[in-house]
Amino acid sequence: MANLTEFARERYAQAALRARPASIWLRRGWSETLIELLIRLSGLSTIAIVGLIFLFLVREGLPTFLDIPLRQLFSGRWYPIEGLYGLWPLLVGSLVVTAGAIIIAVPLGLTTAIYLGEIAPPWQREILKPLVEVLAGIPSIVLGFLGWVTLAPIIQGLGAPTGLTALTGSLILAYMALPAIISISEDALYAVPKEYRDGALAIGATQWQTIWRVVLPAARSGLAMAVMLGIGRAIGETMAVMMVTGNAAFVPDLGLDMPLSPVRTMTATIAAEMGEVAQGSLHYSVLFGIGIVLFVVTFTINLIAGRLVGSVVRRRGGQL
Amino acid sequence: MTNAPLRARQRERWTGGLLLALLAWIALSGCASSASGDDPGASDRAIQNKGSDTLVNVALAWAEAYQTVAPDVAIAVTGGGSGTGIASLLNGTVDIANASREIKPDEIDAARAQGIEPVEFTVAIDALAVIIHLDNPVDQLTLPQLADIYTGRITNWNEVGGRDAPIVLVSRESNSGTHVYFLEEVVRLGDSENRDIFAARTLMMSSSVGITSEVSRNVNAIGYDGLGYVTDSEKIVAVARDGASPYVLPSVETAADGSYALSRNLYMITAGQPTGAIAAYLDWILSPAGQKIVADLGFVPISGLADKE
Repeated sequence: MANLTEFARERYAQAALRARPASIWLRRGWSETLIELLIRLSGLSTIAIVGLIFLFLVREGLPTFLDIPLRQLFSGRWYPIEGLYGLWPLLVGSLVVTAGAIIIAVPLGLTTAIYLGEIAPPWQREILKPLVEVLAGIPSIVLGFLGWVTLAPIIQGLGAPTGLTALTGSLILAYMALPAIISISEDALYAVPKEYRDGALAIGATQWQTIWRVVLPAARSGLAMAVMLGIGRAIGETMAVMMVTGNAAFVPDLGLDMPLSPVRTMTATIAAEMGEVAQGSLHYSVLFGIGIVLFVVTFTINLIAGRLVGSVVRRRGGQL
Repeated sequence: MTNAPLRARQRERWTGGLLLALLAWIALSGCASSASGDDPGASDRAIQNKGSDTLVNVALAWAEAYQTVAPDVAIAVTGGGSGTGIASLLNGTVDIANASREIKPDEIDAARAQGIEPVEFTVAIDALAVIIHLDNPVDQLTLPQLADIYTGRITNWNEVGGRDAPIVLVSRESNSGTHVYFLEEVVRLGDSENRDIFAARTLMMSSSVGITSEVSRNVNAIGYDGLGYVTDSEKIVAVARDGASPYVLPSVETAADGSYALSRNLYMITAGQPTGAIAAYLDWILSPAGQKIVADLGFVPISGLADKE
């Protein structure tokens, strides 16, 4: 394999040299350096922007962690107009809603992708794929409205004291994360070489065995990426969640009915309170402090995901 | 050859002119924002009016009706909550802030730090209605009972004469003037020493409509909202100051004569004494024509104050 690509590269370089007069070759060298520089700059700027955002967050939010004792930050009460800044209920709220969304969306999304990529006949795929993309285009506020008007009464009918619960939020978020999970995992499945499937079928594996033992492991890193992007979408979503989770800042008791209690997420808190705070006040910097916590949480998730995907790749000898 | 320096000089003049125009614009806009009222050009632009969601419908009706009085004055009205309106006034993005509570001492300090002296005008009175689901058998509550309900000391409707069912608390977000009023007058019963706050499981709604729609579909819910926002799909609870006082339903009359416990002033706040178009607008709002609109929308006109005193 390696010899073949090297050979091809050499052949290409020779052909390119032969095809162009020296003067043009020189100028191309110039523009190529320039283009390379521009690409490098834009690449670096992405990193720089992330760095600057983090610096800005830290600068605005640092008083949170300096002026408020840690014990208060982890206390159970969030009521900023009285100076009670307990972040714990908000953190729990975000985690409960996101975890619920993942539990619902990942199995649904992966199975849909497997169906689309491996099982569905072409004519079905041609109808279903665009529909999934339409799903991705629905604005979150519309889904929030839908959840508020139709989903909340159903949830209340299940026996919850109110329809505005973590579960309502999870369902809406799952619906929002689904298109990303489906299209990216479908792409990952599509990238698995046809020879793998042919090989598996040739040695007598059934279609299910081929999917489960060959295709899915081969597409694992792409599937992990799909799940990660889905989580990212879910934890960062604001408006829809704000409309349907009730925004009560309290820590629900651990238990099976935990999803049936209202919660207040970190994103909804920032959105609901940002308009009201005086710039430079403690409340203002605490809202940025919540931003730091959100940033750290998503960064950790991405890091763990990167490690997981990385170790899978290494174990498989760098292939796929 | 002679062309080049000429062009250069032209370009110089161009940039010079541009610079001058830019400077003039900055100077003008600086003047306009520092003394919005007495600028005779103020009538060219819209008066920005923002704040309390309680007041937003009245403010809209005023702005609309004022078009027939002074067609050359445009007024832009937005909601968002009293705190939001006052914050915008201090940031200089609005001319009049609407508030359903008095301006807080720390807001006055923040204003003075920016060289603004806020001036408060009482423009209407609002009765705050306590609302429950139509099928809830409870008809009346005392203020101490409401305080116990909203602080979480009472959690079941059967403790206040209702069914055996959990009470679902619904409130506005803390940036709402209505929230702050309810906190001070009901949760803390008007006692400034009292540090009680809403129970943690209180649902926080970012709009008046959020409250009425949750209460109208949840049989266990209790909420509060300006009387002007209550519809036929919610039931209004009669409120007594304490166990010995009579239970009173909120209405324009009971709010005006003071027999209903939960009525409050609604304010418009300007940065400094208003002048020019803004002053004329506020004068019209306080005139009988402006106050008639207040009564039409279910609020209490401030002429009612005279009867009260």
